[in-house]
Amino acid sequence: MYRIVEKQMLTPTICKMKVEAPRLAAAANPGQFLIVRADEKGERIPLTISDYDAAAGTVTIVTQMIGASTKDICSYEVGEAFADVVGPLGVPSDFVEESAEALAQQHFVFIAGGVGTAPVYPQVKWLHERGVKVDVIIGARTKDLLIYTDEIRSACDNLYICTDDGSEGFHGVGTAMLEKLVAEGEKFTKVVAIGPMIMMKFATLTAVKLGIPVVVSLNSIMVDGTGMCGACRVTVGGKTRFACVEGPEFDGALVDFDEAMRRQRMYKAEETEANEKHVCRIGRGK
Amino acid sequence: MANRIPRVAVREQDPKVRATNFEEVCFGYNVEEASLEASRCLHCKNPRCVAACPVGVKIPDFIERVAAGDFAGAADKIAEDSSLPAVCGRVCPQETQCEGSCVLGVKSEPVAIGKLERFVADWSRHNPREVQAPVKASDAKKVAVVGSGPSGLACAADLAKMGYDVTIFEALHKAGGVLQYGIPEFRLPKDEVVASEIASVEKLGVKIETDVVVGRTETIDSLLDKEGFDAVFVGSGAGLPRFMGIPGENLSGVFSANEFLTRNNLMKAYRDDYLTPIHAGERVVVVGGGNVAMDAARTALRLGAQTTIVYRRTEKELPARAEEVHHAHEEGVQFAMLTNPVEVIGDENGWVKAVKCIKMELGEPDESGRRSPVPVEGSEFEIPTDTVIMSLGTSPNPLIAKTTGGLDVNRRGCIVADEVGATSREGVFAGGDAVTGAATVILAMGAGRKAAAAIDAYLKTK
Repeated sequence: MYRIVEKQMLTPTICKMKVEAPRLAAAANPGQFLIVRADEKGERIPLTISDYDAAAGTVTIVTQMIGASTKDICSYEVGEAFADVVGPLGVPSDFVEESAEALAQQHFVFIAGGVGTAPVYPQVKWLHERGVKVDVIIGARTKDLLIYTDEIRSACDNLYICTDDGSEGFHGVGTAMLEKLVAEGEKFTKVVAIGPMIMMKFATLTAVKLGIPVVVSLNSIMVDGTGMCGACRVTVGGKTRFACVEGPEFDGALVDFDEAMRRQRMYKAEETEANEKHVCRIGRGK
Repeated sequence: MANRIPRVAVREQDPKVRATNFEEVCFGYNVEEASLEASRCLHCKNPRCVAACPVGVKIPDFIERVAAGDFAGAADKIAEDSSLPAVCGRVCPQETQCEGSCVLGVKSEPVAIGKLERFVADWSRHNPREVQAPVKASDAKKVAVVGSGPSGLACAADLAKMGYDVTIFEALHKAGGVLQYGIPEFRLPKDEVVASEIASVEKLGVKIETDVVVGRTETIDSLLDKEGFDAVFVGSGAGLPRFMGIPGENLSGVFSANEFLTRNNLMKAYRDDYLTPIHAGERVVVVGGGNVAMDAARTALRLGAQTTIVYRRTEKELPARAEEVHHAHEEGVQFAMLTNPVEVIGDENGWVKAVKCIKMELGEPDESGRRSPVPVEGSEFEIPTDTVIMSLGTSPNPLIAKTTGGLDVNRRGCIVADEVGATSREGVFAGGDAVTGAATVILAMGAGRKAAAAIDAYLKTK
């Protein structure tokens, strides 16, 4: 069993948890994800790893309550345990394999949106610890929805906060901030965009326009997460790839986002039904 | 004469009823039926059935005990060679193995060996006896088994009986591999049959750790170097689904059979109280002709869809077991033979609305000896459908090969192993679908047993 050792609500619908999973924590790298199954009747839910601590044997997950299953996950309290936490899954970010010399030449800029801000943190931290130049743009609809700002601020060179309504930081979307920074003379060598699919699509369009290579992290539908089901297939550069074992990170410029967004909605009807008749797990008697 | 008795028919759920539920199709023999069927065995001096069994179950010996009413003795006899009799009695292709070589089959019908094996295993489960766990020395050598499917379980059970300290690592949250995610409940009940057979392997002292993806959570090297295992058996199966590579295959509503079956079997999506969704719709087209295609079609049917199997050869060439095809027919699955999809057509929202197919005819035999299908020019037509399930076979998952230095694989991605399972890496053995590509439960078990013997021989030299 995978015991929850810390829990914190970051917003009314986003929950951060630190969970005991020693084997996973020892093997995790930036860019990878894991799968949680809350209880016997639960779905296998892929979540990006938001932090890991090999010495303590814990991993951190950040979950947004969207449907019945994510609500279940967020209903767990400290001391309770998930039935299953498996991973790390997917391949680590490309930069993990790059040499120190190559990384020293780079200037990363991350564009993070919504719950996608959390998985940016281990990547930024990894780069910052190795002295690589890394800036982060965090975007949210309004300031109450901003998460992970303190953690990321302490692990990057420059943090830029953007809100759609101007309630904090730059008044506008993250991609506009990116364009502004480049116009002001920043020479980014790589954009990494993590967030809602639509945000990653527009971040990619902007990065391509600016001539900067762009990496995105796809949160496709998955069942096993090990290459068995093919639910996560995505067209990249005209070829079908499995996001679970060949991703989750891909060259954004090659991703067919419209197909990816359509595929993400595949179980919408079933999910809406499940959500409507969802009974809290306490009511179900677990 | 004993062989004048006709083969005892097995009772099954009515096709109309079972097409609407997920309960087991076949009821199996009762004591009287089993005893009568067992009396048909001629006890040949050189039993061809035993030679035809990949794990070498001593068939006439166990049948003799059934005939004598000694069901516990029969169970012990089977257990000498098979750790999964309740599974094999249900899913083995007996018609091409033990029963296919039964001498009675020459003039009449072979002994129903599979149904008798199932009877003994089920009896044994309902009449549990104290099992003495094999003695394990405190300094027993450690063997890691990767994957808890048929080959891994068979290998682990044999090694435990020899006194080794065995741990199985399973990537999914439940042990059983294809028995758990692939084969449906109506052919192989999960809680009743699969879970209890796995529990009996655990009673031999085998430890099972789920949620460990070897190749990610651990690697073969970390198991050998860090975790102190003396040998590793890789029985990771063939889990990677193939697609056709035709236009429209990534439309919403096109699934691999693996996804469809995993949602239904492992995740129990057919049950209202489980949260995992599944989509069938009103009409389902299943592409392919193997056992997995039959399983997917019969599952879709039970979820309420009008279901059609599309296959490019004729019914005679269907690679599925005759029994499965027969059951699918009985339940109302439609068969569109000599038909091959060329494109999946979507609606304005990107959902499947039809499969465009072309008619085929059989041409000259190919290298497999089967007559290869050739498209009939200009014969394209559309089958309207809400869901398409691709069941075109699977290949081994590349995760382990990619993360294990010096482990040779062939061009089909199968791990290269000799006849006893030794790979290009010292101390690393492999067997089952990971080596052969997708095959049967019993062949995988046979490979697991051979590898167990080879691992024993290897560790004795160390």
